[in-house]
Amino acid sequence: MAPKTAARRMSGIPQPTARTTRKRDEDAGPDVGEGADEWTQAKMLLKPPDQLELTEAELKQEFTRILTANNPHAPQNIVRFSFKKGTYKPVSFIDQLAVHFNLIGNMIPKDSDEGRRQNYRAEMTSESSQEDVEVQPSEAEGGGEGEEGGEGGEGGEEEPKEAGSQEEVLAAEEVAEGEAEEVITLKKPAERKLTNQFNFSERASQTFNNPLRDRECQMEPPPRATFSATANQWEIYDAYMDELEKQEKTKEMEKAKGPVAKKIGMRTRRKMTSLESQSDDITKVTQAAKIVERMVNQNTYDDIAQDFKYYEDAADEYRDQEGTLLPLWKFQYDKAKRLAVTALCWNPRYKDLFAVGHGSYDFMKQNRGMLLLYTLKNPSFPEYIFSSECGIMCLDMHVKHPYLVAVGYYDGNVAIYNLKKPQSQPSYKSSAKLGKHSEPVWQVRWQKDDMDNNLNFFSVSSDGRIVSWTLVKNELMHTDIIKLNVEGTTTEGPEELNVYTIGCGTAFDFHKQIDYLFLVGTEEGKIYKCSKTYSSQFLDTFEAHNMAVDAVTWNPYHSKVFMSCSSDWTVKIWDHTIKKPMFVYDLNSAVGDIAWAPYSSTVFAAVTTDGKAHVFDLVINKYEAICNQAVVVKKKNKITHVQFNAIHPIIIVGDDRGQVTCLKLSPNLRKMPKEKKGQEVKRGPEVEVAKLDKLLNLVREVKS
Amino acid sequence: MAEVEETLKRIQNHKGVIGTMVVNAEGIPIRTTLDNSTTVQYAGLLHQLTMKAKSTVRDIDPQNDLTFLRIRSKKHEVMVAPDKEYLLIVIQNPTE
Repeated sequence: MAPKTAARRMSGIPQPTARTTRKRDEDAGPDVGEGADEWTQAKMLLKPPDQLELTEAELKQEFTRILTANNPHAPQNIVRFSFKKGTYKPVSFIDQLAVHFNLIGNMIPKDSDEGRRQNYRAEMTSESSQEDVEVQPSEAEGGGEGEEGGEGGEGGEEEPKEAGSQEEVLAAEEVAEGEAEEVITLKKPAERKLTNQFNFSERASQTFNNPLRDRECQMEPPPRATFSATANQWEIYDAYMDELEKQEKTKEMEKAKGPVAKKIGMRTRRKMTSLESQSDDITKVTQAAKIVERMVNQNTYDDIAQDFKYYEDAADEYRDQEGTLLPLWKFQYDKAKRLAVTALCWNPRYKDLFAVGHGSYDFMKQNRGMLLLYTLKNPSFPEYIFSSECGIMCLDMHVKHPYLVAVGYYDGNVAIYNLKKPQSQPSYKSSAKLGKHSEPVWQVRWQKDDMDNNLNFFSVSSDGRIVSWTLVKNELMHTDIIKLNVEGTTTEGPEELNVYTIGCGTAFDFHKQIDYLFLVGTEEGKIYKCSKTYSSQFLDTFEAHNMAVDAVTWNPYHSKVFMSCSSDWTVKIWDHTIKKPMFVYDLNSAVGDIAWAPYSSTVFAAVTTDGKAHVFDLVINKYEAICNQAVVVKKKNKITHVQFNAIHPIIIVGDDRGQVTCLKLSPNLRKMPKEKKGQEVKRGPEVEVAKLDKLLNLVREVKS
Repeated sequence: MAEVEETLKRIQNHKGVIGTMVVNAEGIPIRTTLDNSTTVQYAGLLHQLTMKAKSTVRDIDPQNDLTFLRIRSKKHEVMVAPDKEYLLIVIQNPTE
């Protein structure tokens, strides 16, 4: 209260302390305002009752007033207890600081650690704010920073002082927040994390990343092969056929025998397959080789083949009913060069295949023999070759089994060759025990299968016997059919035995329709008409020729007509009901063979020993041949046999040099009856028969 | 077996035949009478051609099959006879 009283006293002192006076007045007397100052000066000072009364001297006393910075509110006598002395002692220095306002700032000195760090961070964020990729590291940094800041000391960072640390933490946190905010602003879809501004520490933890390691394993790639196939129609067909075969095989297996047999079958099959694989591969080319050989031959003999097929002699038109024979191929085999052709036969089924028998007609020079089969497709080499020790004199092929060839030998034996089997020896052969002929067999002919379905054939020989051979269970059994007795020569021998002179048969032929009827020609020149059923007597005898009958043949169409030829240079045509021949032709040379043409009843061919072939057509010229042609090249080459082909207009001619020549008949020789306009052309066998009948009637009338 | 050998020999000795060769199913020549390079060439080319020809024939009618193939050129004629496993090729000069 002292200062207040002092203030009053000083109110009397004028100007320098005007202000202070006012101040003091304000302090002391609240009800005295500035405006009141004038009022109060005008008046007499009101003296309060309790005012000090001071003397004049006391009133004139000066009191110095000092302006100090002392806190008027600060206590002036603070006393502290001193334990040393045990008494209270006054504190000498009293703090005069009066805090009016306290604000905690967030400013960090630039050069401090934290400041520098923040600067760096700021730079970083300014760079990465454009790229999102760097958000991660900044995040990481922020996170790292937060971690460091939050945990305060992790990573070896020392926070300086408590306040400073607090500040730094806060700063760090704020920076982190700032970072987080930055990050958040970059990741727009992410939600804004609400963080406590004063007490937030970003806690993030990272799990330990397992180290990655690549494990590879490489193997050898599996072997690859490209497979390609086309699904063609024929591939599908083949597959189906294979399936079918398999099925059929299994069916057969089941049907055949019991399980034991099956096993054997299996074993044999396995053996077979192994054998097949072992055998030389070249054998499988046989078929192809055959085809190629034929092709090569066709090329070489191309012109002949063309002629054979297409050439028709145009000159025949101008030749006035005469024809020619165009030579085509010549067939010969080295080993058969010195053997004469003794027999020719076309295969009944394969029209281009024919058989040639080789032997010798010479009594003195008897050699080996050969059986060759040629095909027109391969003129240079025979298809089948069989050789025999004895000369082959005749052969015949079975109609139904065209692989069976019956053969007659010079020594009187007969044999059957089977073409299916590749043996060089005949399948069946007769022997002395089995009743072979004692003379050369001149002709063999297959017959129809007998009642037991056995194959059988007939043979005729110079020993006068006509024998029927039957193949019974793989054996040849013989039956004498007839013995050729020369009529009128029975002499009475001792004891009333009738001794017969045996005739020598040289040729025979069976009737095409009448099964039991056949003709036999003999060396004496007689032709006997016989029946299979009558063994002792002939049905008829024809005094045919003066010399041995070389061949007899029935006409293929007319059932009554047959033809015979002989070494007496004549060819005679007969009607078997009439004793005398219808036509006789003298050919100036011994006739070796005759043959009727298969396409006409009036055409036939004859070959002579002077190398000529004669073709007759009775319709055109009854008395002369319409073709006389020398066929073989060399002189003294006799033609021994002739045969017509069933379908092609060719004939084959065999000579005694072992050569077979194939000749084509020119159109004139193949004339068919002319068609009258408006009339149908009849081509059947009846026509042929009628044709011949007409001719015969003419002759008969004349004769009778 | 000897028969086939004989046949092949006969073909080779036939008039105008230049060469013969046997080729297996894969086009590899097994036997030949010509020199190696020519053989290989012929074998490869003709094998393909034969396969094509066979395919053509059988496509039209699966029950049919190729019997042989002839190629006639100015200088010679090539004949191919296909078999189940083999191919027989003959080159001939037909107009000698």
